[in-house]
Amino acid sequence: MPDYKWPAMDKRRVMGKPIERIDGPEKASGRAKYSTDIKLPNMLYGMLLTSPYAHAKVRSIDVSQAEKIPGVKGVTVIAGPGTELQWQGAEIAAVAAEREELALDAVRAIKVDYEVLNDHFVREEDFAKAQAAQKVQPSGEVVTGDPDQAFKEAEVVSEGEYGIPVLTHCCLESHGQTLAWNGEKMEYFPSTQNVSGIAGDLAKQLEIPAEQIHAHQDHMGGGFGSKFQSDRWAAEAAKLSKGAGGRPVRLHLDRRTELQIAGCRPSFFGKIKLGAKKDGTITAWDSTTWSTGGLGGGGLNAQLMPYVYREVPNRRINHSSIVTHTGGARAWRAPNHPQVSFLTCSAMDDLAAKLRLDPLELFIKNANYTARANVYVSQLKKAAEMVNWKSNWHQRGDSGTGPIKRGLGIGVGTWQGLGHNATCKATIHPDGGVEVELGSQDLGTGTRTIIKQVASESLGVPMKDIKLNIGDNRYPVAGASGGSTTVGGVSAATRKATLNALEKLFEAVAGGLGAPAAELEAVDGKIQVKGNPSKSMTWKEACRKIGVTPITATGENNNRFPGGLIDGGVGGVQIADVNVDVETGVVKINKIAVAQDCGLIINPKTAASQCYGAVIMSVCGALMEERVMDAQTGVFLNAEMEFYKLAGIKDIGDIEVHLDIVPEYDARGVIGLGEPPVVPGIAAIANAVTNAIGVRVPTIPLTPRRVLDALAANERRRS
Amino acid sequence: MQAFEYANPSTVDEALGLLGSTWEEANILAGGTDLLSLMKEYIHTPKRVVNIKNLKDLGGISKTGSGLRIGANVTLAELAANADVRSEYPALAQAAMGVSSMQIRNMGTVGGDLCQRPRCWYFRNGFGLLAMKDGKSLVPGGQNEFHAIFPAGQAYFVSASTLGPPLIALGAKVKIASKSGPREVELEKFFVAPKDDKSREVDLKPNEIVTEILVPSGSGIRSATYEVHQKDALDWPLAAAAVALTMKGSQVGRARIVLGHVGPTPVVASRAASSLNGKSVSEAIAEQAARAAVAGAKPLSQNGYKVQLARVAVKRAILAAMA
Repeated sequence: MPDYKWPAMDKRRVMGKPIERIDGPEKASGRAKYSTDIKLPNMLYGMLLTSPYAHAKVRSIDVSQAEKIPGVKGVTVIAGPGTELQWQGAEIAAVAAEREELALDAVRAIKVDYEVLNDHFVREEDFAKAQAAQKVQPSGEVVTGDPDQAFKEAEVVSEGEYGIPVLTHCCLESHGQTLAWNGEKMEYFPSTQNVSGIAGDLAKQLEIPAEQIHAHQDHMGGGFGSKFQSDRWAAEAAKLSKGAGGRPVRLHLDRRTELQIAGCRPSFFGKIKLGAKKDGTITAWDSTTWSTGGLGGGGLNAQLMPYVYREVPNRRINHSSIVTHTGGARAWRAPNHPQVSFLTCSAMDDLAAKLRLDPLELFIKNANYTARANVYVSQLKKAAEMVNWKSNWHQRGDSGTGPIKRGLGIGVGTWQGLGHNATCKATIHPDGGVEVELGSQDLGTGTRTIIKQVASESLGVPMKDIKLNIGDNRYPVAGASGGSTTVGGVSAATRKATLNALEKLFEAVAGGLGAPAAELEAVDGKIQVKGNPSKSMTWKEACRKIGVTPITATGENNNRFPGGLIDGGVGGVQIADVNVDVETGVVKINKIAVAQDCGLIINPKTAASQCYGAVIMSVCGALMEERVMDAQTGVFLNAEMEFYKLAGIKDIGDIEVHLDIVPEYDARGVIGLGEPPVVPGIAAIANAVTNAIGVRVPTIPLTPRRVLDALAANERRRS
Repeated sequence: MQAFEYANPSTVDEALGLLGSTWEEANILAGGTDLLSLMKEYIHTPKRVVNIKNLKDLGGISKTGSGLRIGANVTLAELAANADVRSEYPALAQAAMGVSSMQIRNMGTVGGDLCQRPRCWYFRNGFGLLAMKDGKSLVPGGQNEFHAIFPAGQAYFVSASTLGPPLIALGAKVKIASKSGPREVELEKFFVAPKDDKSREVDLKPNEIVTEILVPSGSGIRSATYEVHQKDALDWPLAAAAVALTMKGSQVGRARIVLGHVGPTPVVASRAASSLNGKSVSEAIAEQAARAAVAGAKPLSQNGYKVQLARVAVKRAILAAMA
């Protein structure tokens, strides 16, 4: 068995290099075909009719007028008479038509008689109202140590209220697929994070054997945790295609429906009380929190509190789920973590302000409560250095004259990662060609690039000479891309498959080189006796020795036995530097400094890109994003991109990323970086704004309204 | 969207002949930045769409004996780039640049800016212009953070026009063509607060076309527009103010101050303006006028902050005009 361990840091030729994403030109030029770009001959357009009400019952449904519209090729009913609709956007029927606008007209021609129940509950931020409406599901108190005694003994007690609303997934490529039947077989082009698994999921819905479905995806426009399953819209598209004699049906959600039902991130509201010594050492924690993830209630794990600083000795944690008539929750990049980070770091920052301590010192002082104190301390110091904390930090609110106030704030994060199960198949052809295959997917993160880097490093063959096949469920199974497990899974599997194939190649050429296979190495397009370039042959010469049958080999990552190539568990710190115009409440990001631990880094450029993307999401979440529900009508008022605000390039500010590329971290192996950098940003920005303006804006996002309201409330308290 | 007939006239007369007596019969298409989304959402369902982009008479910016003539089809990008506009009417150029997104500035027209429909999210979600339910508007008891602080009757939406405030401050008129001949309306009177869901927010009949905007000479006038945007990227202002100060030496002879995005029409702040007359502008004087401009504001449950934003916008616009 080959020795799979990664080459030493200083020996790597391809891994560790900041190589540009190999599909960049294809994407930048528009040649890349995303699933939503797939247009097949004779294709029909599918569209959903969804509930206009947050809570209603279908009395009757009449599709006859829709069916009569010329060009309409099929209507399916999802919610028949008697069905209870539990949120605005719930699926009622689907249509397929020759053109998109005909499909829209057909949707409107479906006559539904609704019994509107008018008892919807859609806003959870007011706990008392939720209680009065009997929508609260407490999850029970969890007590550790003796919080009552600890609060009695505390030299200072700091209390605060904080809130972060529901965000909705807003992938640029909406959810959906194009599919077509060919007899009993189906060609399926989903937008998915789960190429290997999604056909089986759809097969289950359709009650057909999974092997009848061929799923394929080259590029996808964002999933962030919301695109693992096939969903109802795939099943309806399949029925509509079948009904139309197998004609292809394209059904991607329109933007409004996408925001309403394609998944949201649970909210998190609550009160936190901290007890501490005068030197800033935290001794007691008490949190009472609530959240909603829709009809199913919570979806948020409050037991992650206190976040990162887990080992505060005395703590009491209460959490409740609120049931609402709103679209359901789905995993959202680092599920739970940004919310619990925001609440925890805000409370710690407020404690520092109450003690008139530098929060950087307070975060460092309590680092022993974290699982990796050394990492956090060094990251806190590094990020502080990146924003010049020493000269730019000031006591809360103490930030000079003029309407523009500058502030700095800290956020922390952690994530597990590790690698999903994945199998890679490597083929070496007699003509020297190399193929690498996995049923994985590139969500836009650079997965293609890093797989090729690993294969190139292992085989000594240039990246450009390696043919990589991913994005097809006929390739060896790889796990879904979620939880920052892709890079671990695919890099380990690729490493093993390519070395297993190489071992067979060594055996084929050992005689020719006059050395045992175990004495050979593949370097720079050659096979040579280890350390002896004079006894070598070119890669092509070597491959000719294979004979006529290509070499194939597989390699597997088994998440239960990761075997040293990969690891999980990282820390990260971000510090935000912001300007706030206290006359308008407008917040501008000057800079976000990112100090992130992520083990062995295969490609520092794509790794930094993960951080950039994550920080941009944090800027959106901290300043702009919010699902706005209307209590009167139950309607999601801003379910389109005009009012569901996201940052543009000028709103983002500078992002500076520091990744610790040092032997100590490298030795841990590859660790995923999808979620970790999205965790600390919101907390950092919120603390920076607080530092700038002198008062806590309790609820995110920090819009001009919230900033000015918080300043006005503070004025009233003072006067 | 509902199927429609597409008409592509080449003269104003031809276009007028294609319009109808109700909004359901025909809608005018210029830049299309608003109409297309209204039609996709079935908020407008015209039987015919009349493209006016080919009407040559509606193009161009030219100096006249009495000021400036701006064709209704002039795009916001053309307006912002025009040398006469930039030098003589900075408030107008600044407002045009405040429309955030190059795409909208390149497609959107001056006439379209004046005639666009409100962005009120109740209206855009199909609850009607006044969002009426059981005889009263949903806005006061609902999510009203972006709504009017100068409401009129049941009209709580805000005028979306960006050019309205500076053009009113500059004393512009709008010229309108109809089969019975052209008419001119002072822009201040062109915007009207609708009394019911069926009315429009501008003085324009379904069979009329805005053809041009006439702006009096800007010589001796200092002007500026200040808009408060949360984002630099695509976004609507939260509040805006345009000021035009006719100077007498170093003192203000006559001032005009108009607020945007705070009421169902642009809001003319006459008392604030007259407080500047005969004064040399200082920060304190600007602040005083700004306070007067919002003195009559009637904020709703969630938009008290907009009173401050409007005040800050007025103050900053006055100071920018004098800078």
